[in-house]
Amino acid sequence: MRFYEYEAKALFRKHRLPLGGGEVVNSAEAARAAFEKIGGPVVLKSQVLSGGRMKAGAVKFADTADEAAAHFDAILPIVVKGEKARSILMEEKSPVDQEYFVAITWDGRAKQPVLVFSDMGGIDIEEVAEKHPDHVSKTHFSSILPLTPRIAKEAIGATGVQGSALNRLTPIVFELMNIFLEYDLTLAEINPLARLESGQFIVLDGHIDMEAEARGEHKALLEELGIGEDETRQARPPTEFELAGARVNAVDHRGVAGNVVEFDGNLGLVIGAGGGSLTLFDAVRKHGGKPANYCEIGGNPSVGKAKELTKLILSKPGVEKIAVMMNVVSNTRVDIVARGVVKGCLEAGKDPAETIAIFRIPGAWEEEGFKILEKYGVEYCDRSVSMYDAAGRAVAKMA
Amino acid sequence: MSILISKDTRFIIQGITGREAVNLTRENLDYGSQIVGGVTPGRAGRDVYGVPVYDCVRDVVAAHGQVEGSVVSVPPRFTKDAVFEALENGIKLIVVVTENIPRREVAQMVELAGLRGARIIGPNCLGMISPGEAKMGGVGGPAANTEQAYTKGNIGVMSRSGGMTTEIASTLTAAGLGQSTCVSIGGDAIIGTSYAELMPLYEADPETHAIAIYSEPGGRMEAELAEWIQANNSRLPIVAFMAGRFMDEMKGMRFGHAGTIVEGKEDTTAEKIKRMEAAGISVAERIEEIPALLRARLQEA
Amino acid sequence: MAGVFIDVKVSAEIAGDADIARKLEEVCPVGIFAAKEAGVEIVDDNLDECTLCDLCLEAAPKGSVEIVKLYEA
Repeated sequence: MRFYEYEAKALFRKHRLPLGGGEVVNSAEAARAAFEKIGGPVVLKSQVLSGGRMKAGAVKFADTADEAAAHFDAILPIVVKGEKARSILMEEKSPVDQEYFVAITWDGRAKQPVLVFSDMGGIDIEEVAEKHPDHVSKTHFSSILPLTPRIAKEAIGATGVQGSALNRLTPIVFELMNIFLEYDLTLAEINPLARLESGQFIVLDGHIDMEAEARGEHKALLEELGIGEDETRQARPPTEFELAGARVNAVDHRGVAGNVVEFDGNLGLVIGAGGGSLTLFDAVRKHGGKPANYCEIGGNPSVGKAKELTKLILSKPGVEKIAVMMNVVSNTRVDIVARGVVKGCLEAGKDPAETIAIFRIPGAWEEEGFKILEKYGVEYCDRSVSMYDAAGRAVAKMA
Repeated sequence: MSILISKDTRFIIQGITGREAVNLTRENLDYGSQIVGGVTPGRAGRDVYGVPVYDCVRDVVAAHGQVEGSVVSVPPRFTKDAVFEALENGIKLIVVVTENIPRREVAQMVELAGLRGARIIGPNCLGMISPGEAKMGGVGGPAANTEQAYTKGNIGVMSRSGGMTTEIASTLTAAGLGQSTCVSIGGDAIIGTSYAELMPLYEADPETHAIAIYSEPGGRMEAELAEWIQANNSRLPIVAFMAGRFMDEMKGMRFGHAGTIVEGKEDTTAEKIKRMEAAGISVAERIEEIPALLRARLQEA
Repeated sequence: MAGVFIDVKVSAEIAGDADIARKLEEVCPVGIFAAKEAGVEIVDDNLDECTLCDLCLEAAPKGSVEIVKLYEA
C-alpha cells in the first residue's frame, strides 16, 4: 500500500529526516495563506499515488501568492493516469546544488533488503544504472544482524562520494534503512535527496510502500497519518463493487470468498483459488469471454460466504450468468461451494440451472456436490474436463 | 527415490491443535507420513490422532530424538518465532504453511535457516509430496483425494500455487505420467526455496526425468531458473505453464498470491515466457498440453 | 429460515435433555444446535453450513439425531 508524498514526509519528519518547509492545501485561499507563511518561491505538487505527475503538468512553481492560488486551481482538476488529486502539497523552493537517489526495497532472489544509492538523483534510476553503472551502488544487508551506519557509508562511498557529503549523507541513508525495517515497508525511497546551495541536505520527494500484510502491526502510525482501513492503496482506488466484495469476505473468518476486482464484461466469475483464478481468468478471455469480475474462493469458505459472493456478482448490472470454476480442490469442499452458489441464485430470485453456465470444481466431496447440482439441473463437470475447456463451455453459453 | 521427503522422513507439526493443523495431521498420517510429535504451547500432554503434543520443540526432540522436519501451521504473528524455534533445535527442513506473513519476517527466517544449514519451503504453501511415499503439509487434501490425483513416477513438479500443484499432478496422472516429488513452493514475494534452488536436488535424483512448473506474474524467479539451467547445463527437460497473462496490462494491481503483482517489465508474463523459452523451457498455454510437451521433450532426450 | 440443503431432526425422547443439548451445542462446528433450558433448539440459519462431520450423531444416543440431505429427497 502506497503512501502519498505528504504522508511519506510526515513519516520522515517523525524520524527527523531533514525537510524543507511546506504545507498541504485544499483551496486556493489556503494556497495563498501558505505562500505568505513560507514567504518565498514555492512548488505546488499534486498528491497522487501514481508517478508521472510532472509530465501531466501537475507540478508548478510560483513566485507570488496570486500565482500560487492560480496554480492551485490549475493543478487540482488534473487527472494523472486516471487518478484525481487528493490535495496539493506546497513547499518552499530551494536552489539545489546536487541531487542524490536513495531507495531500499526487498530483493526476492537474495531474500534480503537491498539499498540502492546514486549520486545522480532526480532522473530515472534504471537509466542511470545502464549509462553510468559506477554512479549506482547496490548493497544487500542482513535483516537479523544489528543495523549499523557503516552499511550506508559503504554504499554511498561506492559511488565516489567523499568528504563532508559522505558524512552528512550517511545518517540520512541509515535512518531510511531503519524506517524501512521498522515499518515493514516494501519501498522506502528518497528521490531526489538534495544538497542545497547552502550546503544543507534535504528530502525533496519521497515514496513509501507498506506491506499490506503488516497494516495490523502499524495501526498507530496509519492512524497518525490518517490512512483509513478501507483505503486499499493499490494502483487504482477500489470500486463500490470491490468494497462490497471485501465486506462479503469479512462476514466470517472461514476461508476466503473475496479479492473481488471489477471488470466491465457480462460473465460473472466465481472462481478460485489463487493460481486457479489466474488460470481461469486467462482461459475465459482466450475463448473471447468478457468477465464481469475477478475473484478468489479458497480455504473452504462457509456456505454463507459463497452465497453472498454469488449474490453480489449477480447484482452487478449486465451480469446474466456466472461460471463457477476451480482447480482440483483438496481443502475447499465441492459440496459447500455448490450449496453456496445454488443458494445465492435462489435468493437472488434466479434459476440455478439457467444462471450457472458451468460448474467445474473437482476434488474433495465432489460426489456430494454433484448430487446437489443434479437436483437443481446445473451443468457440471469433473476433472476429465480441463479448466480451459470448462471456461470455453461457459463462454459458449453467453453467445 | 525422490527429493526432500520419503516414507522415512520423521517430522513434527508446530501448532498441531489448530483447526487446519488437525486436518493436515490426519491427512498426512493417513497417507503414511511419520509424524512423531506436535507442538502447541500450553497443550502438553494432549494428543491429536495419537500424535503426542508438547509445549516446546525441545521437548519433542528430547522425547523422540532428533527429527528431520517440521510443518509450521501457526497464526502469522507467531510464525517467525516458531520457525526460529525449529531451527535452533536442529530441524533442517521446515514447511511453512501460514500465509500473510510480512516479508521482513520471512527474510529473517530464511536468513537464519541459511546460517543453520537448513531449508525452508514456503511460506504460504501446501507443502510437498513424494507420491506413494509420504507427504508433508496439506497438499492433495484427504488421503483418498491425494491418491486419486498423485501417482509415483518420474516427473518433478514445482508450483507457486498449492491448488495448481494438485491440478497439474492430476492432469499428469490422467495422462499416465507419475511424479517423483511435487513441491508447492509458496506464493509470497520472498520464499524459502525457489525453483532454481530446488533444481540441484531434482538434478541429483535419478528417478526424476523431467520437470513441470506452474508460474505466474511477479518476481524474478523464472529468470533465476532460466539462468540456473543454462549455467549448469541441466539434464532435465522442463515444461512450464504460465498463468495470469491478463495481468501484463494491469501494472500495480495485485491478484492471487501476495507475490503476484506486475511492478516492472521483467516480471510480466511476456518477459518471463521469453526468458524461459530462450533457456530451452517449453511453455504450455494450457494445463492439458503439459503431458504431451513432456513426452515430446523426454523422447528428444 | 429452514435449510435448503440440510435438515436436522432430533427425536422427542432427547429433545428435552439438557445434558445432551449442551453436548450437541459443543460438538457442532457450525452452530446448528443451541442448548436452551427447555432442551435443544435447532438454529435454522446455520443448517446449510452442516459439514456432514457426524459429530452430533456420535454425541447423542444412536438414532436420536438424524441429518437429512434435502437434495437427495
